[in-house]
Amino acid sequence: MAMHPFTRVLLGLSCLLVAVWLIAPTLVVVPMSFNQNKSLAFPPQGFSWQWYSNFTTNPEWSTSFLNSLKVATIVAILATVLGTLAAFGLDRMRARTAGLLRMLLLTPMVVPGVVLAIGIYAVYLDAQLVGTMTGFVLAHTILALPFVLIAVQASLEVFDKRLETAAASLGAGRLATFRTVTLPLIAPGILSGLLFAFVTSFDEIIVSLFITSPYLKTLPVQIFTSITRDADPTVAAVGTILLCVTTILIGGGLLLLGRERRSGV
Amino acid sequence: MNGLREQRGAAIELSRVSKAYGSFKALDDISLQIQPGEFMTLLGPSGSGKTTTLNVVAGFTEVSSGTLQIGGSNVVGVPAHKRNIGVVFQHYALFPHMTVGRNVAYPLRLRGVGKAELETRVRRALDMVKMADFAYRYPSELSGGQQQRVALARSIVFDPPLLLMDEPLGALDKKLREWLQLEIKRIHRELGTTFVYVTHDQEEALVLSDRIAVFNRGRIEQIGTGHDLYDAPETLFVGRFIGDSTVLRGAARSDGSSTALDVAGETVTVPRRHRDTDRPVMLLRPEKLVMRKPGVDRSDNENRLSGTVSEAIYLGSGSKYEVLLRDGSTGIVRSSLTDQSFAIGDAVELCFRGADAKLLADDSTADTTLT
Amino acid sequence: MSAGAARAEEDTGSASRRSLRPLALALPALVLLVAVIGIPLATIVLRSFNDPEWGFQNYVWFFGTPVNLVVLQRTFTMAAWVTVVCVICAYPYAYAMSVAGPKIRLLLTLCVLIPFWVSGVVRTLAWMILLQDSGIINMVLRAGGFEGIRLIRTQTGVIIGMAQILLPFMILPLYSVMKGIDLRLVQAARSLGAAPPRAFFSVYLPLSLPGVYAGAIIVFILALGFYITPALLGGPRSTMLSTLVQNQVLSLLQWGRGGAMGVVLLVATFLLLALAGPLMRQRYKLAAR
Repeated sequence: MAMHPFTRVLLGLSCLLVAVWLIAPTLVVVPMSFNQNKSLAFPPQGFSWQWYSNFTTNPEWSTSFLNSLKVATIVAILATVLGTLAAFGLDRMRARTAGLLRMLLLTPMVVPGVVLAIGIYAVYLDAQLVGTMTGFVLAHTILALPFVLIAVQASLEVFDKRLETAAASLGAGRLATFRTVTLPLIAPGILSGLLFAFVTSFDEIIVSLFITSPYLKTLPVQIFTSITRDADPTVAAVGTILLCVTTILIGGGLLLLGRERRSGV
Repeated sequence: MNGLREQRGAAIELSRVSKAYGSFKALDDISLQIQPGEFMTLLGPSGSGKTTTLNVVAGFTEVSSGTLQIGGSNVVGVPAHKRNIGVVFQHYALFPHMTVGRNVAYPLRLRGVGKAELETRVRRALDMVKMADFAYRYPSELSGGQQQRVALARSIVFDPPLLLMDEPLGALDKKLREWLQLEIKRIHRELGTTFVYVTHDQEEALVLSDRIAVFNRGRIEQIGTGHDLYDAPETLFVGRFIGDSTVLRGAARSDGSSTALDVAGETVTVPRRHRDTDRPVMLLRPEKLVMRKPGVDRSDNENRLSGTVSEAIYLGSGSKYEVLLRDGSTGIVRSSLTDQSFAIGDAVELCFRGADAKLLADDSTADTTLT
Repeated sequence: MSAGAARAEEDTGSASRRSLRPLALALPALVLLVAVIGIPLATIVLRSFNDPEWGFQNYVWFFGTPVNLVVLQRTFTMAAWVTVVCVICAYPYAYAMSVAGPKIRLLLTLCVLIPFWVSGVVRTLAWMILLQDSGIINMVLRAGGFEGIRLIRTQTGVIIGMAQILLPFMILPLYSVMKGIDLRLVQAARSLGAAPPRAFFSVYLPLSLPGVYAGAIIVFILALGFYITPALLGGPRSTMLSTLVQNQVLSLLQWGRGGAMGVVLLVATFLLLALAGPLMRQRYKLAAR
């Protein structure tokens, strides 16, 4: 049924406001990143690329960026493997057990960040994991795992198990069935889990702030310390780069998804 | 009974109604009059305009042009919730967050009906559809047939003078459908409300309706009783859509008293009763055709066509045969058990009296829309 | 033993092995969970009772110190405000997403997902720039002849920033519920005599409530534990519990007191989840299917 024109206008207007509120504030880092002065005061003065070159040449920034990339890549792979295995395990269990284990595995999402951070910090102090790659990878993996679990479980839920039976009846062994039928069909779920895991690790800040050391910093930690220490517009440059990469990735992904769905029908 | 009907049912009059979506005409100059208390079925293939017509009457769709009167007053521009019309949807549309009882009470609450009266009316409506025992269940706990009966109760509980039904039995299996058809007929009889029923199932239309309006491509092809439509179709589309039929095409030749059609070398003649058309086709109902072995029982006033049996279907009460005719078209014959039986591949002759055939104007859309 | 009995035994043997296999698949994840979540949380709970010595001293201190109670109350109030702002902003937005055509929907989805994926630190930085006394908001106000207002280091500023960062967590669950609501039910309500507002309040709103509950509880819980945004945007008058915990542990090395605060936060979170669980699970099966 057609919406009343007045309701329609009102709805459109409120949507526009919310959309602007969601997107616009973050965009303020873009002009700040070209500031000529070493200041984060608005409005920026003049124009220069110096903060971008600072990001690439200053070892504090470039090393932390590389650290983040390294950690996030390992975490994405590890979390995806563990999360996918767990999703398959849960899928084949009795519903009650599966529900309970799922709840347990999702707890990292709801435990307040600081509480988890001091707990991990306490344990890491004893285990001498503070400021180590292993420490970062372990902590980020468990934080990223729920996202993989949710994504893979969602695609397993819509996966028609009779297809596996059908493949078996056509002569495919268990491994062949998994490789040729199950895996391709749930691949989108695994892929989105991988992406989520990567971003979760790449953006993680609270736990990282506690388990970091002067010798091993990730990018968010470097951004945070830079913000609290001085008004260095390099953070704005980094923010701009991250914003661009994210927009391209998501926009491209959504467009690709839309096209695939359309051609599928 | 008639007097009661007049009181409780509303008359409907659609006059020159059109509805266009861009350049697509969903309804093209529709005129339709429905009597108070009548059971009118809108029949047609999907996309023929029958559901659009229903939505126009219900107020879900505004007309592009034309007028619509319900119970004598013009309702164009009146929003759906002020029209006081019951609507039963194919998808039931029961509110999943309300029990059966609350669903049925909903329209009464909207009308500010008091508690005591509300309860008796809800009970009466549920009794009428035989669902009184389910008042405290949620819709998700009911089967499709039960849900549709509740939906029916909900749409009659506020005594609307008009009830619209949009393929209400479309999602149900055949047995249940046949039983609910009888229930709907009974309820129509008891209420005396005007019913407008949309379906694409011609058998259902024949079972239920006082009159049927056959829709095709946004237009009404013919309005009449089931009997009218079957025995005296005015267009080839109606003839093909209602019941089985054999359609013969060929070069036509007319003289003063008869029209002759040359069907792949065999000539059939019918008396001239119909208006002349440029390209007449001949339509025959299965029971008007007699099937024989070739060359027996010749009589002069009979038309005959030769062919081969291509399909024999046993129906229990008799058999139905499909016969491949010389021109490549298919003839459909029904025979009772006592008749001679034939096997696939048998050469046969189809015989009929000229007076039993209908001459109609050819219409290429009649075939394409059916498939 | 007969051959049949032997085979039967073999069958049960393989059956029990098969039922163990799923557990084996989930085991690595569970081990990691225990090591990186279980043991740390247990450590915190333990320390809250035994640091510096055994007893309830840390809890007695926490609930006996007025400043702590003020911060505790403020944390809940601010989380509630953030949740309210998010519900109000998300509802029409998610509704529009669920009824819009594919192109507009793509655009609206993009507007939710981009901030969702952009690092929280960067977004907080953006808010710092906007809210500062010489920031855009105050510039606009002054240009319009109004007096500038203080936003940075105030509760209002923190709520604005937190709500914006948490909004996607409200919109996405709400959208997923609204997408499943059969709009034909609203049409049915209209045909039964409900005017549009009535049809909305009696049919659409109740059906969308599970989404509101789910989103609200996620936003509220995340807001309770927020750390970065209040730390950077806030001042002494908008300190939240997380900042106090961090302060106790990192600056004062009071593990017991920090632990006790953490446990309070943890218990509040799980209590909320337990209470809200049934509300969120209340999804109505659509009658047609």
